[in-house]
Amino acid sequence: MSERVGVYICHCGSNIAGKVDVAGLAQWAGQSLEGVVVARDYKFMCSSLGQELIQEDIRKEGLTRVVVGACSPHLHEKTFRKACAFAGLNPYLCQMASLREQVSWVTENRAAADAKARALIAAAVGRVQLQEPLEPSEVPVNPNTLVVGGGIAGIQAALELADAGHRVFLVEREPSIGGHMAQFDKTFPTLDCSACILTPKMSDVGQHDNITLLSYAEVEEVTGFVGSFSVRVRKKARYLKEDACTGCGICIEKCPWKVRDDVFEAGLGNRKVIYRPFPQAIPKYPVIDRENCAFFKKGTCKACEKFCPTNAIDFEQQDTYLDLDVGNIVLATGFDPFDAKRIPQYGYGRYPNVFTSLEFERMCNAAGPTEGKVLLRDGKTEPKSIAVVHCVGSRDQNHHPYCSAICCMAALKFGHLVMEKTSAEVTSCYIDIRTPAKGYEEFYDRLLEEGMKFIRGKVGEVSDAARLPGEEGKLIVQVEDTLLGKQRRIPVDMVVLMTALEPRFDAREVGLRFGISCSIDGWFTERHPKLDPVATMTDGIFIAGACQGPKDIPASVAQGAAAAARVLGMITKGTVLIEPVVATINAERCSGCRICNNLCPFNAIDYLAEDGVSKVNQALCKGCGTCVAACPAQAITGAHFSNAQIFAELEGLLYDAVGSDPAPAAV
Amino acid sequence: MSEERFEPLIVGFFCNWCSYRAADLAGTARIKYAPNVRIIRVMCSGRVDPTFVLKALARGADGVMIAGCHPGECHYLEQNYKTMRRYSMLRHMLGVMGLEPERVRLQWASAAEGVQLAAAIDEMVEQVRKLGPLNWPGIWSEDGGRLEAIERLAEEHAEAMEVKA
Repeated sequence: MSERVGVYICHCGSNIAGKVDVAGLAQWAGQSLEGVVVARDYKFMCSSLGQELIQEDIRKEGLTRVVVGACSPHLHEKTFRKACAFAGLNPYLCQMASLREQVSWVTENRAAADAKARALIAAAVGRVQLQEPLEPSEVPVNPNTLVVGGGIAGIQAALELADAGHRVFLVEREPSIGGHMAQFDKTFPTLDCSACILTPKMSDVGQHDNITLLSYAEVEEVTGFVGSFSVRVRKKARYLKEDACTGCGICIEKCPWKVRDDVFEAGLGNRKVIYRPFPQAIPKYPVIDRENCAFFKKGTCKACEKFCPTNAIDFEQQDTYLDLDVGNIVLATGFDPFDAKRIPQYGYGRYPNVFTSLEFERMCNAAGPTEGKVLLRDGKTEPKSIAVVHCVGSRDQNHHPYCSAICCMAALKFGHLVMEKTSAEVTSCYIDIRTPAKGYEEFYDRLLEEGMKFIRGKVGEVSDAARLPGEEGKLIVQVEDTLLGKQRRIPVDMVVLMTALEPRFDAREVGLRFGISCSIDGWFTERHPKLDPVATMTDGIFIAGACQGPKDIPASVAQGAAAAARVLGMITKGTVLIEPVVATINAERCSGCRICNNLCPFNAIDYLAEDGVSKVNQALCKGCGTCVAACPAQAITGAHFSNAQIFAELEGLLYDAVGSDPAPAAV
Repeated sequence: MSEERFEPLIVGFFCNWCSYRAADLAGTARIKYAPNVRIIRVMCSGRVDPTFVLKALARGADGVMIAGCHPGECHYLEQNYKTMRRYSMLRHMLGVMGLEPERVRLQWASAAEGVQLAAAIDEMVEQVRKLGPLNWPGIWSEDGGRLEAIERLAEEHAEAMEVKA
């Protein structure tokens, strides 16, 4: 081997030198390790003087490889790589040995520390000589962005990007944007009218020159990588020509068919078969519900077509596909509410006057099925007493262990609305009241003053079995009051179940489509839980809002804006550097067995049918090396972690092992 | 050999994201643990080819520790599950070869588990110490250079795979 290696042993003050014989180590490396031409020890290698020492040796001694025995590479690998690059040596030709975190700080015995330090240096020297110069590749960033999900988080992200002058494609599954926020009446803790603050933003989206709104659409396929994704979107047939429709709504008025609206009205109200989810829907175009439409079922009716003044109805319409090119993607796909029927002892679905929180939201909403009146299921009677049951499906080992974060505040809001609208008594049965954000605790105090009752205990059962006087005809909430230490039976007219927030039913599938992962609970995983909350492990894919975990409106908006800021950063820079630690397939060795294809969670390996071999898309490859380890023909090489490099490291590590002498002595 | 205590030599293959960082944390927290494990950093435990383990043992290691992120926490989404699959096959194979299963260990360690990782290392070192030296290179060199023969076989295999230009 003709490489000229320089070895630098850092004292790190006394952090390393206090335990390891640094001078002896450097001397040993210089004398015993093949390829080493310079070996020095120095007080602080990371100091500018230490770095200059390396740079001078690169220039004067013609070093072609550098080994620094110091702290963990996670601390200073960048520093020393930069120092090498500055002196004209490719940064990937520098290797660190962790003498501090793995030797001096964790070892009691000096002799053992010396032996381990030697092994680590020998390993680094062996490996570094096989390392190859690598260059990160630079790819351009398409300034267009795809935002998936038109709830408040997606709306915020889309508006931020569009206002900054960039094209945004906003894809929404439902006929209108607005998400869950559009269903609410008031928002806690300020009691702003939800529609009053949301609808202006929705119309901004609808009218924005830079936003292409694709509602009633789904993302079918995503290929490509950061900077240049190709996305295929399926626009579901509305059975209506959008360019002809004026949104006048005559078709809705004239449609003679009504069905229960399980989506927007949460099953509490009805809608027509040709419908807009709600009057302020954006876009304004209605949709024909094919499942329930008399024309599609029986072949007659067409009332909507007859009355449409602009002939916009088109029963022949098919789903259409759009291919978009974007540089970045923001996922803001939101949450699903927990199905309260999964906890049968709470009686939802059996007792008419047990409601879910979403039903209750619709009931409170002035534009909802009861026009804002709080009424029992019969639609006439005002309740005299209401129990609010917290943590239905959350903080529950049988369902979701996590806290859904918003339900305590929503329950307080319900308490306030009930007392404002009726004379009913409201009792909250809670495990803990959690009000940790700005103005939230004050809202709790306010409700305590307004006379909402609080019982600390998880509800065991809701039943209609009256046992005591005053219970006839009531729902009985059975709860252990943990503050009094006794069981209580609370007879009420109405029960509201604060249902948990769940990941979308298809979150895992969507995650797979975009190449991002879900936590054990099913929420999308961020790159770092604290320091990188909106990026994901897949470059160019960001997450915002409740798809990342339960959160309220302010937090969703903050994340939407944060994701937009990250995307803007990428667009402004214009290009993105792609880490060169990736896998490469040698086509001549590849047998086309395709074992590697399915091992890659990033879909980075494509099979080229015409050549009969697989190929790594280096922009998608994250460099984990799993395919390298699996290739039966050893056709795949992992840059910077090749078999040869790892074996050389191994030889060095075992320099003192019994019988490891490359030229075994005669016995 | 004198009456000295046997100090096993253990090679660690640690993933860059969780387990190597756990080792870093053990260092920063100054947790003292057995110096017998020498660590090779790989990007992911999924990079650990079972032949790495065999090679380490053949080169004189008495044991091998593979460490990765906890299931569900892999930096590369799910590659540690592939490690898990390979590990159980490898263990089975090593068993067939007459190797004690305690010599090869798969350890999950999150970046926060410095203490737990140090304890796992101590535990493994004790287990391997009880088993005694493996001494594969020694056995093989005494046995008519079987190690060299095996290595030659690998080289011949690689040559046979080489496609002539």
